[in-house]
Amino acid sequence: MKSKNTRRGLGCILLATGALAAGTASAQDQPPSQEEMWRIIQEQQKAMEEQKREIERLKTQVDETNEKVEATGERVEEVAKEPSKGGMVEGWWNKTTIGGYGELHYNGGLRDEIDFHRFVLFFGHQFTDRIRFFSEVELEHSLAGEGEPGEVELEQAYVEFDLTERTQAKVGLFLLPIGILNETHEPPTFFGVERNIVETNIVPTTWWEGGVAGRAILGRGFSADLAYHSGLEVATTGSGAYLIRGGRQKVAEAPAEDPAVTGRLKWTGMPGVELALSAQYQDDLTQGAEGVDAVLLETHAAIRRGPWSLRALYARWDLNGDQPEAIGRDQQYGWYVEPGYIFNTRFGDLGFFARYAETDNTAGDTADSKLEETTVGLNYWPHPQVVLKADYQFQSVPAGMVDDDRVNLGVGFMF
Amino acid sequence: MNRGAKLILSTAALFVLLSAAALLPSRATAADEVYLPAKTFLAESFDGDVPKPEVLWITGQTRDAVQKILGHSPGAVRVRYWARGVRTAWILEEIGKTQPITTGIVVDQGAIARIAVLIYRESHGWEVRYPFFTGQFKGATLSSTHQLDRNIDGISGATLSVRALTRLARVALLLDAKVREPVR
Repeated sequence: MKSKNTRRGLGCILLATGALAAGTASAQDQPPSQEEMWRIIQEQQKAMEEQKREIERLKTQVDETNEKVEATGERVEEVAKEPSKGGMVEGWWNKTTIGGYGELHYNGGLRDEIDFHRFVLFFGHQFTDRIRFFSEVELEHSLAGEGEPGEVELEQAYVEFDLTERTQAKVGLFLLPIGILNETHEPPTFFGVERNIVETNIVPTTWWEGGVAGRAILGRGFSADLAYHSGLEVATTGSGAYLIRGGRQKVAEAPAEDPAVTGRLKWTGMPGVELALSAQYQDDLTQGAEGVDAVLLETHAAIRRGPWSLRALYARWDLNGDQPEAIGRDQQYGWYVEPGYIFNTRFGDLGFFARYAETDNTAGDTADSKLEETTVGLNYWPHPQVVLKADYQFQSVPAGMVDDDRVNLGVGFMF
Repeated sequence: MNRGAKLILSTAALFVLLSAAALLPSRATAADEVYLPAKTFLAESFDGDVPKPEVLWITGQTRDAVQKILGHSPGAVRVRYWARGVRTAWILEEIGKTQPITTGIVVDQGAIARIAVLIYRESHGWEVRYPFFTGQFKGATLSSTHQLDRNIDGISGATLSVRALTRLARVALLLDAKVREPVR
């Protein structure tokens, strides 16, 4: 039989446990009954199924939206390619291109003039992928016409055919493949405001003739050009006798009696490097007057590697005839070398150059007739197709001429 | 026969030759001078096992970055590309001087593995089609300002085509980084 104390002790424990249990139970809610829990589970199940259905609905919506977006994307691309807004007609405007270039010059010193030297427009049209037309029209010195300083000239107008993957031919009026500037002379492509004296007096840039020409890619970086075209007609009397630049006929009702043939071998097998050798033969430079045959030889290197630029060119005419020989014009030559360095800056490219050039149009005699020109200056390209130029040229002229050391400024553009 | 007549005869002969050549069935497709068909380019780039093409949408920040590189709005809203592992291949187009140049570009681990001109339509600048020119791009990567890590030497008389290829190389590197960036 438990003692009174044991009974009291047990009672205390029970009380304490009860109090503890009661205390714990009041800290949480009353645990739900089984029915309640079943109800809660059922409700949650319903909610999940509702969510599942909602997800399925959203999935379908997303799929439909994706389809619409794909269709829109396709349509946008179609329209972007067909500016005629979905029509099947492709207009001439899709295949015609317009381009051009221009340059304004200020020449100081004795020349002392400001002149919009050239304003040029290119028109090209692609007939098919293999046949195209290209032309160049130029206005020089702003005003053309009787008594005005300028001229309007058709400098290029030819139809070009891609014969095979490696050969092309063109017929019409085109630039001869001689020199560095003759084929590429947009203002942002060369240093100096004015063109160098060699590619003015010896290679009479810009030099175009009418005829046919072919080009072939030979492999290993070599390409060759061959052209059969109208020839020069040099003067036979006066101070300009047998001078090359004055012999350009510009295909303006030009005498076609004595055509010429020009060939060029070019190597561009290393990016940034161009080496070329051109030769021209004309049976009679006087177009029937005196029977003076002539050979032109030209060779050059045009290099642009990283920031370094270097151009070097040599050209020489040999005229065969007693008359030119008598006045020393049977040999005419020129050469130049032009190193340069171009910095890339945040505001465009800035290039510095120096050029030494010499020409002699009367090299056949012993009298001093050499013209030397040293030019130093800079080109600034705020955009690759826009250029601001400034240079200073020192001239050394033969006796009897006046040298004109002067500053030149220019602005040019191409598009 | 005087020289004038010689010139006329030679021109006529050449004209007949050209007409004959122009009328001959072309070796390439009727469309353009395809230098390298896309299928061949892809097969070469993935050792014959070409993955299925995927689509990248040019929107938002990517679009802005591409526009900045090209200097004009990207013509396409979507670009198709082929990807396997760390290698992606792209076929992109950009106008050189007057005609679009279709170019295939392979990027491997974020650097250019190869550039191949697939269709060249310009009449000048044939040099860009050849490996001695495109080899310059091998290993090129994109800087933080989206420029190429190197200077590309040009071709006189075809500067615009060279610049177009350079822009496409930068775009390919940019898009490659976009498709391979870890999904957050």
